[in-house]
Amino acid sequence: MTMQVDRPVAGERGTPPAAGTPSRPSWRSRLYAFEGRSAPYAFIAPFFLVFFAFGLFPLVYTAWISLHSYRLGGRMRWIGFDNYVWLFSNPSFYNSLWKTITIGILSTVPQLLLALGLAHLLNYRLRGRTFLRVAMLMPYATSVAAATLVFALIFGRDGGIVNGLLGVVGIEPVDWRNGNWTAQIAISVIVIWHWTGYNALIYLAGMQSISKDLYEAAAIDGANRWEQFLHVTIPGLRPTIMFTIIVSTIGASQLFGEPLLFGGGQPNGGSVNQYQTVGLFMYQQGWQYSQLGRAATVAWVMFILIIGLVLLNSWLARRRRPATEGTLS
Amino acid sequence: MQTPRRTAVVLAAAVMSGVLVLSACGGSGGSSTDTAASGGPVELTVGLFGTFGYDEVGLFKEYESQNPGVTIKYESTQGEDKYWPALQTRLASGSGVADVQGIEVARISDVVTNQPDQWTDLRDTPAADAISRYIGWKEPAATTPDGAVLGLGTDIGPMGICYRSDLLQQAGLPTDPAALSAEMPDWNAFLALGERFKASAPAGTSWHDSAGGLYNAIVSQQKEIYYGQSGDLVFDSNPAVRSAFDTAARAGQSGLTAKLEQFVDPGWDQGFSSGSFATIACPSWMIGYIKGKAGDGGSGKWNVTSLPGGAGGNWGGAYLGIPQASQHKDEAAKLIAWLTAPEQQARVFREVGNFPSTTQAIASVTDTTDPYFNNAPIGKIFSDSAQNAPVQILGPQDGVIKNAMVQALLSVETTGAAPDTAWNTAVGNVKNQVG
Repeated sequence: MTMQVDRPVAGERGTPPAAGTPSRPSWRSRLYAFEGRSAPYAFIAPFFLVFFAFGLFPLVYTAWISLHSYRLGGRMRWIGFDNYVWLFSNPSFYNSLWKTITIGILSTVPQLLLALGLAHLLNYRLRGRTFLRVAMLMPYATSVAAATLVFALIFGRDGGIVNGLLGVVGIEPVDWRNGNWTAQIAISVIVIWHWTGYNALIYLAGMQSISKDLYEAAAIDGANRWEQFLHVTIPGLRPTIMFTIIVSTIGASQLFGEPLLFGGGQPNGGSVNQYQTVGLFMYQQGWQYSQLGRAATVAWVMFILIIGLVLLNSWLARRRRPATEGTLS
Repeated sequence: MQTPRRTAVVLAAAVMSGVLVLSACGGSGGSSTDTAASGGPVELTVGLFGTFGYDEVGLFKEYESQNPGVTIKYESTQGEDKYWPALQTRLASGSGVADVQGIEVARISDVVTNQPDQWTDLRDTPAADAISRYIGWKEPAATTPDGAVLGLGTDIGPMGICYRSDLLQQAGLPTDPAALSAEMPDWNAFLALGERFKASAPAGTSWHDSAGGLYNAIVSQQKEIYYGQSGDLVFDSNPAVRSAFDTAARAGQSGLTAKLEQFVDPGWDQGFSSGSFATIACPSWMIGYIKGKAGDGGSGKWNVTSLPGGAGGNWGGAYLGIPQASQHKDEAAKLIAWLTAPEQQARVFREVGNFPSTTQAIASVTDTTDPYFNNAPIGKIFSDSAQNAPVQILGPQDGVIKNAMVQALLSVETTGAAPDTAWNTAVGNVKNQVG
């Protein structure tokens, strides 16, 4: 059955209302045609307006502020690139950069390995598999603030659970928050706890898209489960792994809430700045020292560094792909 | 390719939806500004930090019942380090500031130097008469070179030493405030007492809470700390600062401190009840803090005595100011004049511990004792300290420098950094930041 259309469908062009009339289309049909063409723009406009107001404008305005000396509550004064000179000659900035890298490695590497292992286990037929999968995602659903406050108590020197357990084994109490590496480890544990489940879920989804035939073929060839994992699962997951590495790298370079709250809300990152990440350093400039110009400078340098990291990551990924395809074929 | 006309239409559509979004956001903004003509009902907003004691003592309610038509909306931020940046952004944007805002004493120099045009000169308000009732230094610190008075003083922070009598007794030290005071003529003697305490102290207990706290107590006795008389930075050449730093570092190195960062380490709060430290430098406002953290179980365990040698000092205190943006300056001025009046200050001291800054109130509380602190004569201890305290020279970067010093001392305590190295790091950090 066909339906009679007495009105141009939105987006349809050049249908003259009266067939055979050579004159210009009527204003009404032009309006309809125009409506059809412009409606999509109007529909997506809210997103782009919000993006311009809260995404692009702050980005550009931050760059503008970074070229000024601007104290909170004071007036902006143009100083050119002095803030950048100040930043790149500041040992505290290099310290924060280094701490971001070390905490990033300490948290990302174990987190992704753990997630891979967990996903592999959950991919088997297990009793209560759905429950385990949901339970694994619980930390991800917990607020960073709440988790960090609890972990700060768990890692407490005088009454913390961790030191209590270490005491059972006969190890002296550790001053987690004040030690250099101990504080970084404690913060990494919070990050690992929070994100492992999320990554495991992504790996699990990736694993389920790997064809069962490959496993059967490998089994026929005599591969045990470990060899199957190594030679079927890992190559099949490569794009997924790449994705999680990029996302975790960005997350690690922006690490902020955990070290801030672990430090009791102080942005100095411990007595020797041992867990002051770049994010904390920026916050300290802006909100402890009220130096908005310097904070904006840190923000832009951080932005450029993150873009560089992502480009590096994807370049590495692109370089590897032809090689893997070669081995698979 | 897009034709120009099509672009124009897209823009028009964009602008239209933008207007819709913005007008939807703007709807709630307009209602809070003043609806009251003079004489009509007035809602005064008050923004404070920490514990000023007004709400706790019930002063807002009392003011409302004495002044029909006035309602007070009060909000408080726990940490001053969060409160101040938020207030600064509101001042800069010109909206959202309360009619009355608290100003910590470490910020008053910044206010007077850098933002006199943001605050109301109280000489032109009904609070003008209140300016003269303070002890010597309190109001000059809030006065600009032109003579504008930007804040009315609330409390000051005269110093004492709070200690756990039960722990001192177990270690065989005197527990009576006067007897203890007699044993510590200066800070070296205080540390020597600490060594005696350490020798026979119960396990898991240190003499003092933190090197940073000790440092702040020692510099609180100085007239000139980080700034010289002419407003120049002298923190790295002032022998008093270096000597206080070295004394505190020595205490940290020799294990006399519990290595708990003040107000930051959760273990510090727990320590008030668990007894991980036996003494703590005690500005009057710490009295209320100890009661809150040690709880009912701490009653009778804590006691207070004077600083070593009976010296005077000051650490902290605050002001109330009225931002220029306030729509109810006269009403707000009446409120702060009443809140800071001697009778109210005396009540706040008796109930919360914040020490008064008006001469009349100080005179009226000298005989106050506190049952929670073994009936220690806190009125006398703190008023003597206030009497003997020097007039400190305040500067806009005091807070930055103090933080750097306290952080460096924590590194001596906890990471075993050499005091000289820590000092150089602190000086370098400050110069990098301020210079």
